[in-house]
Amino acid sequence: MQSSSSLLEKLPLTPLSKPAKGAMGKTGSWRTLKPVIDLNKCTKCGLCWLYCPEATVIFTKEEGPKIDYVYCKGCGICAEECPAKAIDMVREF
Amino acid sequence: MGKVIITTGNYSAAYAAKAAKVDVVAAYPITPQTSIIEKISEFIEKGEMKAEYIRVESEHSAMAACIGASVAGARTFTATSAHGLALMHEMLHWAAATRAPVVMAVVNRAMGPPWNIWSDHVDSLSQRDTGWMQFYVESNQEIFDTIIQAYRVAEDPEVKMPAMICSDAFILSHTSQPLEILSEEEVEDFLPPYEPPFDITDVDHPVTHGNIVWPEPRGDSPVGYMEFRYLMHQGQLNAKRKIKEIVKEFEKKFGRNHGDLIEKYKVDDADVAIVSMGALAAQAKYVVDLMREEGYRVGAIKLRVFRPFPDDEIREVTKGLKALVVADRNISYGYKGISATEIESALYSLEKRPLVLNFIMGIGGRDVKPEDQRKMIEAAFDIIETGELTKEAEWYGLLR
Amino acid sequence: MTILGLPEEEYIMSGNASCPGCGAALALRHVLKALGKRTVLVIPACCTSVIQGLYPRSGIGVPVLNMAFEATGAAASGVVAALKAKGKDDITVVGWAGDGGTADIGIQALSGAAERKTDFIYICYDNEAYMNTGIQRSGATPYGALTTTTPVLGKKEHKKDMPMIMAAHKIPYVATATSGYPKDLYEKVKRAKELKGEGTKYLHILSPCPPGWRYDSKLTVKISKLAVETGLWILYEIDRGKFKLSGPSKRLLDPSKRKPVEEYLKLQGRFRGLSDEDIREIQRWVDENWKNIEKMMETE
Repeated sequence: MQSSSSLLEKLPLTPLSKPAKGAMGKTGSWRTLKPVIDLNKCTKCGLCWLYCPEATVIFTKEEGPKIDYVYCKGCGICAEECPAKAIDMVREF
Repeated sequence: MGKVIITTGNYSAAYAAKAAKVDVVAAYPITPQTSIIEKISEFIEKGEMKAEYIRVESEHSAMAACIGASVAGARTFTATSAHGLALMHEMLHWAAATRAPVVMAVVNRAMGPPWNIWSDHVDSLSQRDTGWMQFYVESNQEIFDTIIQAYRVAEDPEVKMPAMICSDAFILSHTSQPLEILSEEEVEDFLPPYEPPFDITDVDHPVTHGNIVWPEPRGDSPVGYMEFRYLMHQGQLNAKRKIKEIVKEFEKKFGRNHGDLIEKYKVDDADVAIVSMGALAAQAKYVVDLMREEGYRVGAIKLRVFRPFPDDEIREVTKGLKALVVADRNISYGYKGISATEIESALYSLEKRPLVLNFIMGIGGRDVKPEDQRKMIEAAFDIIETGELTKEAEWYGLLR
Repeated sequence: MTILGLPEEEYIMSGNASCPGCGAALALRHVLKALGKRTVLVIPACCTSVIQGLYPRSGIGVPVLNMAFEATGAAASGVVAALKAKGKDDITVVGWAGDGGTADIGIQALSGAAERKTDFIYICYDNEAYMNTGIQRSGATPYGALTTTTPVLGKKEHKKDMPMIMAAHKIPYVATATSGYPKDLYEKVKRAKELKGEGTKYLHILSPCPPGWRYDSKLTVKISKLAVETGLWILYEIDRGKFKLSGPSKRLLDPSKRKPVEEYLKLQGRFRGLSDEDIREIQRWVDENWKNIEKMMETE
């Protein structure tokens, strides 16, 4: 019972974690409201990217913002702060 | 051979930290430990010792700083006593669970109130379950040698657990004895360069240490919290083997052996042995010699390492004994002496075991003379005759 | 590449455990952009202990040493000393702690580290209560706020002035910031990083907390900005002893330019129990703080 198994031998001596997305799982499942961007209204100002606490707005000057729905928690800051009102919060279910 | 000087127990600890070439010292003053860190300050300010000294604002911070330094690649040292050690308690757990091999000199002192600065082992024994290895030493030379050995054990890849070296207030801390100082070169030959349990400053391979681990396997983790605690336990168990190997190697290199987990003295043909921790272990050997001259079949056992606990060794060494005197410079209120309970627990699995007489003595620095130890041993011989053993610990020398 | 003048690199990982709309996570995202890769974080018990997520993943992309609640300043001192002993001088050591871990239980270790001129940056993200344990009052909780340990009457004392306590340590840099002004925050962290070698740098970030302050998560930036616009939270820097207002606070010395505090308070459920008298007391406190700022600027 006391013998060491291969599982224990593979462990670090003390818990060391590596940076990775999804450290709390696929947090997109937490959402009740989903941000939907209307790229026709979007001015590509980047404020949704700036204010996203989650780093789930992917932004390029060429293509504008895109949301990573796997992890976006649906807080709604991007929609609230969008000066062009280009983001709608839509019910998930 | 190193240089022999006459110096105190505390300075012996400071010389050992210097010889071990520690990189970072973080410490806070408290009687009777203070002269350790004063001496280290002097070494550093005179340029004789190349180390960073963090003059922290508390012992809690001293241990936190040692942990931070230890996982950033530094060999670390600190020293404390009594209330300072108690204040560190949380960080003692943290150091061990971090697997940070910090080495600390503890000068055993009584806990207040009332204020009392004299020797008493309750301070360090109260830290029993923190994951720290505990060595109890009997002479200034043993303080020095054990600090060097402790770095080897603590930093061993199969151990990676912190260690405290406990010595009695004033009896050793402020008493001068001959000390052979090993040079940094000699020690370097014995003690390989420090390897941290992980490197928190490795920004190219970033790790997070200590974020949440669930009770059960969850997410990508095949294990839970409990498995990491088992690894700590394994580290301590590995230390039992390592201490024996390292003590042998030390003896081969430097010609001195203070015992490994225990030290036995004239026990082999004895009927009674007295178990002691710290400085009284030295006096016990003297008492044994006197009583041997009178024909008593008596021996002495020094409980040198309290964690990991030498249970096999205790069973082995007490095999032929009729009675064991366990002299505790401590009390676990509501039960008995702390080392006695541990020893009794180790003996329980034996079919034939010696009677155990537990004495609570020397509390708060009360003097324990050779004749006192002799009386405890005589009591054991009496009980072998009468068979009338009291189950409770006896408070030796208590004024009623 | 940069977006809005900020680095594209992210060191806060999506899918971490922060609550939706977390002001602290937003602040940390920009703090890490400013600090960059060569950074070691020391984090005590606080919301961020949880935000990191579960072993063996971490929601933070730089090394993190988790530490006991009160020990951030001390553990960081250890890391700094080891780096010095090892001759490594290109790594920034940063303490990242909540308001409880800073203004209450951790103030001793922080004060000690600052007094010793420990060369590190200490950042307090202030969500004004013990949020991780479920909204208990801290020394940084503002007057009138309902918490689970001031559940009926609200807190009767004003917020502890942590940045000024740190300024009294005569450290090279003290600055305040808030999650709603990421660029201002970014610049201040950059400045703190620049002052490497000069001792302890202290930043205090007001970080709105939707569950703790009882507001809709979409309002984090708005509330953060209102804290500044009402003058309740003053943005400033004390750079090598020189005080200067920063960001929108620069134009708020004139009381008429400041929005009434109600505009900030009324959006938050934690202030729902305030009487008119309480609101006047908060306004009085804000105005008095500004008078002190004015005095400081006159003596400059």
